[in-house]
Amino acid sequence: MEFREKSKIMDGAAIEKALIRIAHEIVEKLKTTDDLIIIGIRTRGAYLAERIVDRILEISGVGVPLGILDITLYRDDLTAVASQPVVHSTEIPFDLTGKRIVLVDDVLYTCRTMRAAIDELMDFGRPSLVQIAVLVDRGHRELPIRPDYVGKNVPTSRDEMVDVEIDEVDGKEQVRILGLVEGKAGK
Amino acid sequence: MNWKRKDLLGLEELKKEEIEFVLDTADSFREISTRAIRKVPALRGRTIVLFFLEASTRTRVSFELAAKRLSADLVNISSSTSSMLKGETLKDTIRNITAMEVDLVIVRHGMAGAPHWLAREIEPGVVNAGDGCHEHPTQALLDMLTIREKKKKLEGLRVAIVGDISHSRVARSNIWGLTKVGASVVVAGPPTFIPPCIEKMGVTVKYRVEEALEGADVVMALRIQRERQGKNLIPSLREYRKIFGISRERLRLSKPDALVMHPGPINRGIELDPDVADGPQSVILDQVTSGVAVRMAVMYLLCGVGKEAISRQLSAVSKKQKAESL
Repeated sequence: MEFREKSKIMDGAAIEKALIRIAHEIVEKLKTTDDLIIIGIRTRGAYLAERIVDRILEISGVGVPLGILDITLYRDDLTAVASQPVVHSTEIPFDLTGKRIVLVDDVLYTCRTMRAAIDELMDFGRPSLVQIAVLVDRGHRELPIRPDYVGKNVPTSRDEMVDVEIDEVDGKEQVRILGLVEGKAGK
Repeated sequence: MNWKRKDLLGLEELKKEEIEFVLDTADSFREISTRAIRKVPALRGRTIVLFFLEASTRTRVSFELAAKRLSADLVNISSSTSSMLKGETLKDTIRNITAMEVDLVIVRHGMAGAPHWLAREIEPGVVNAGDGCHEHPTQALLDMLTIREKKKKLEGLRVAIVGDISHSRVARSNIWGLTKVGASVVVAGPPTFIPPCIEKMGVTVKYRVEEALEGADVVMALRIQRERQGKNLIPSLREYRKIFGISRERLRLSKPDALVMHPGPINRGIELDPDVADGPQSVILDQVTSGVAVRMAVMYLLCGVGKEAISRQLSAVSKKQKAESL
């Protein structure tokens, strides 16, 4: 399958603004940062979570704990993924019982990743609250899960791809919508 | 990299990249054993058979815990409780077991090559958990994982393996693995314990233990396998201890931060003095901890995704052939 760029929907400045807004919204909605933990989903969600933690520090002066979740072992599609997912470690060195958790990922699509992430979280304790923050919400839910904080809502069709690139992983900052090149459809 | 193997039979056939891939995956699995709930659903609904035809505690428990922490279903068979006592052949036994739809068979057998033969006979993946005096790949992988964790690298380290090299599958797998990742291996023991032409595996041979220990980063003592000998290879255990046993004095010849390792079970006061086995340089129990992580990684790769990757490849090939024939 070959994809080409259809449109660029966010640049570096827009990503930065969205993350600042999400940080503000988290602080506003949760009232205090007590018992708050930000947990990013590997790979890009982990870096976005780190940036949100930094922004919250700037806003409220409080350093909120950061965790990293690798959901590979909780996937429901181990049999269907195109290339073999490499397992990375989950880094949650604290008990989550009674904590308020904001899960961070780059794109919210079918919600299957979120389902796996929530399942995995529950194996670390019994949080009092779990919320979801995403940079891009592209729709097409397959599970009854909704985000609490959204950087940008983007209507897409199923055969499009939302491609998030960030400095830490890709060396550049942008969000693009990619479309299938005509006549080269895989199926 | 993509894992493509159905079986793990030995380190001889693995490439350097594959060994490092297993170790990296195992590193990620370590954390699971430290969680409040030590279980992930990765292998839910998969069936793993532990087929041990030789005595074992560590390896067996380690495989069992690894399978359970991945949520796989587990069946245990040992020679003393199986129909092999009634004269059923290995082939018939294993074909009957695999007829019940299993995904992975972990096998330990007294004969070298038994797992290799099984791997050709049956469709499920096969893991060699020790075959005679040949290989014990998961043990070598856990040794390498332990060394890498403590020393932060494997390349360029000097590893001394002391004891009965001839009868040791642990030594053989470690030699294959360690030399592939760039460590230098020295083996030492009485001449009756050193197999002919072992130098061809890329190791240095010393007949005095002191020469092997000099400057070593890792000292690995092997168990004197009394059950495999009975051939009077050494005059007495007392003499072996005196000349080849790792004592505190001898250990001083190696680097001050050298690791002391042993695959277990230890004959205390023969190959390893108790104060060395329990001393500050000993990582023997860390080896056991690493074992669970390594076996989780191996099971995940072979039974979780590895198998799917293989069937995907097979179906892709057959689709392609169909397309070409049209």
